[in-house]
Amino acid sequence: MIETFYDVMRRQGITRRSFLKYCSLTAAAMGLGPSFAPKIAYAMETKPRIPVLWLHGLECTCCSESFIRSAHPLAKDVILSMISLDYDSLIMAAAGHQAESIIDEIIEKYKGNYILACEGNPGLDQDKTGGMSCIVGGKPFTDQLLRVAKDAKAIISWGSCASWGCVQAAKPNPTGATPIHKVPGIGNAPIIKVPGCPPIAEVMTGVVTYMLTFDRLPTLDRQGRPLMFYSQRIHDKCYRRSHFDAGQFVEKFDDEAARKGYCLYKMGCKGPTTYNACSTIRWNGGLSFPIQAGHPCIGCSEDGFWDKGSFYDRMTSIDHFGIEANADQVGIAATAAVGVGVAAHAAASAVKRAQQKGDQEQ
Amino acid sequence: MTTKPNAEHLEPAVYVYEAPLRLWHWINALSVTVLALTGWFIASPLPTMPGEAIDNYLMGYIRFAHFAAAYIFAVGFLFRIYWAFVGNHHARQIFLPSIFNKEWWCGVLHELKWYLFLTKEPRKYLGHNPMATLAMHLMLVWGTVFLIITGFALYGEGTGMGSWQYTLFSSWVIPLFGQSQDVHTWHHLGMWYIVIFAIIHIYVAIREDIMSRQSMISTMISGWRMFKDVRDTEDKR
Repeated sequence: MIETFYDVMRRQGITRRSFLKYCSLTAAAMGLGPSFAPKIAYAMETKPRIPVLWLHGLECTCCSESFIRSAHPLAKDVILSMISLDYDSLIMAAAGHQAESIIDEIIEKYKGNYILACEGNPGLDQDKTGGMSCIVGGKPFTDQLLRVAKDAKAIISWGSCASWGCVQAAKPNPTGATPIHKVPGIGNAPIIKVPGCPPIAEVMTGVVTYMLTFDRLPTLDRQGRPLMFYSQRIHDKCYRRSHFDAGQFVEKFDDEAARKGYCLYKMGCKGPTTYNACSTIRWNGGLSFPIQAGHPCIGCSEDGFWDKGSFYDRMTSIDHFGIEANADQVGIAATAAVGVGVAAHAAASAVKRAQQKGDQEQ
Repeated sequence: MTTKPNAEHLEPAVYVYEAPLRLWHWINALSVTVLALTGWFIASPLPTMPGEAIDNYLMGYIRFAHFAAAYIFAVGFLFRIYWAFVGNHHARQIFLPSIFNKEWWCGVLHELKWYLFLTKEPRKYLGHNPMATLAMHLMLVWGTVFLIITGFALYGEGTGMGSWQYTLFSSWVIPLFGQSQDVHTWHHLGMWYIVIFAIIHIYVAIREDIMSRQSMISTMISGWRMFKDVRDTEDKR
C-alpha cells in the first residue's frame, strides 16, 4: 500500500489545519479559486503519490536551490520529501550503485506511471570537442535520460536549461547542449516546460502539486508552458507599470529616477517580452523580484535569452548580419545609404536633364 | 477606357485611380507616418516626464496613437484588397505583378536602364511601370502584410491570452520567431523596410512627374493620368 500525500504530511508532524492552509494557498497560486481548495485536499488525502525521478544533466542546480526555498514550508516539506524518496542525485542520501539501482526499480515497478523531472539538458555533441562530460554512474547522462524518458508518464523540463538550452546552449554551444523536447529518441511522453533561471519555487511546487493531485497535466500554451504561471508577461503585472505608461524612466543606474523607482524599460528591461510570474508571485516568500530590487528583467525564462545581445539594451542586437547591430543601427544605415543614393540619383538626373535641354537648344 | 481630350495640352487623359483607391493611398501614407514616428518613440522613449505618475500618460498616449493608426493601417489594407477585386484593373496591379510574362520582365529591365541613364526615353504606361509594380509588390504589399502580422502578434501580448489578437496572431507568430523580443526586432526592421520604400517611392514619383512621359503626383490626387505626348502606351487595354 502506497502512502497518500496526507499520510506523508501527518507522518512529518504537520497538523490538519496547516495541511488545509497549504491546499488553499496552492489553489490560489494556481488561480483555481477557493472552491478548489477542498478538491486539492481530497485528492491529497486519497490519491497514492506518484513517484518522481529527478535527473540532473548539464546545469547549475539553481532549479533545485530554488525549489528547496519554496516560500511555504509545507510545499517544500511535502513535495520534496515525497520525491526525494525516489531519486534526486543532488539531495538524496544514497550514493553509488544503490542510488542508481533506484532508477531501475522505479522504471520496473511503475512503468508508464512515474514522472521524469529533468533539470538541465544533455550535451549531444561530445565528439565535437573530443571529450566527455556529464557522466552519471559511469555512463553519459544522455543514456540515463533516454532510458527514464522511455517509460515516463510525463516529463517536466525544469528551468531554462531543460526547456530551451540556456547558457550551455548559447553560441557557440560547444557541447551541443540540447533542450529535452529536441533530444532525438526522447519518446512520446508529454513534456511540460517550466522555464526560468531558475523557475520560481512556488511555480515549481505548484506544477508538481497540480499534476500529482489532479492526475493530469496543467493546461499548456503552444510552447508547452503551464498557462497558470506563464500566460502573462512580467510587464503586464509589474508594479512599476504606471511609470511606463506615464513615460517616466530610469536613464542610468542610481539616477534620481532609479531612486524613485521609475520604469526600467530604458535600462533594457525584458519585462515586456518575458512570460513568467515574477511580478505576481515574486521571490523568496514574496519578498522581492529583480525589478523591485532596481534591476531590469533579463528575460531568463525566454528562449535563447543569452544570445539576444546585452541585458541592458532595450533594442537587442541581430546576429544574422555577422555584425553586432540592433534594428535601428541596421535600419538607419540602410536608410542613409538609400537616402544618399536617391540624392546622387537626383543630382545625376538634373545634370542629364540640363544636358538634354542643352542638346535640344543647339 | 474612359478618355477625354485635354483642351489645354492636346493630350489624352485617362482615369486610372478611382476615388476610394486615392483615399486609401493618402490615409495609408498618413497612418504609416504616424506608425513610424510613434513606433520609434515606443522603442526609444522620450526623456522622463517630471511629476507624479498619475499626472502623466505620455507613453500611454504614444502607444494609443500607434495602436489606433495600426488599426487604420490594417483595416485600410483589408479594404485595399477588397478594392483589388471590385475596382478597375489598375487596382489589381500591385497585387499581381505579371512575373510569368517575358515582355513584362523586359519592361523591368528597360525601366532599370532608364534609371541607370542607359536609355534616352522611358516607356509610357497607363498604370504602374513594371519596375514600380515589382517594388510596390515586394516592398509595400509584403512589407504591409509582415508589419500587420507581427504588429498584431505584439499587440496580442498586451490584450492577453484568449483575446482574438492573441489567438489569431501571437499564438503562432511568437513561437515562429523564437520569442517576443525577436518579433519586436523584426517588426522594427519592417518599419525601416517601409521607410526605405517611402523614400524611394516619393523620390521616384517626383522624378517621374518631371522626367517621364506621364503625370504622377497629380494622378494620385485627381485620378486622371495625363501624358506629355500622343504616342501609344505599353499597357494599353
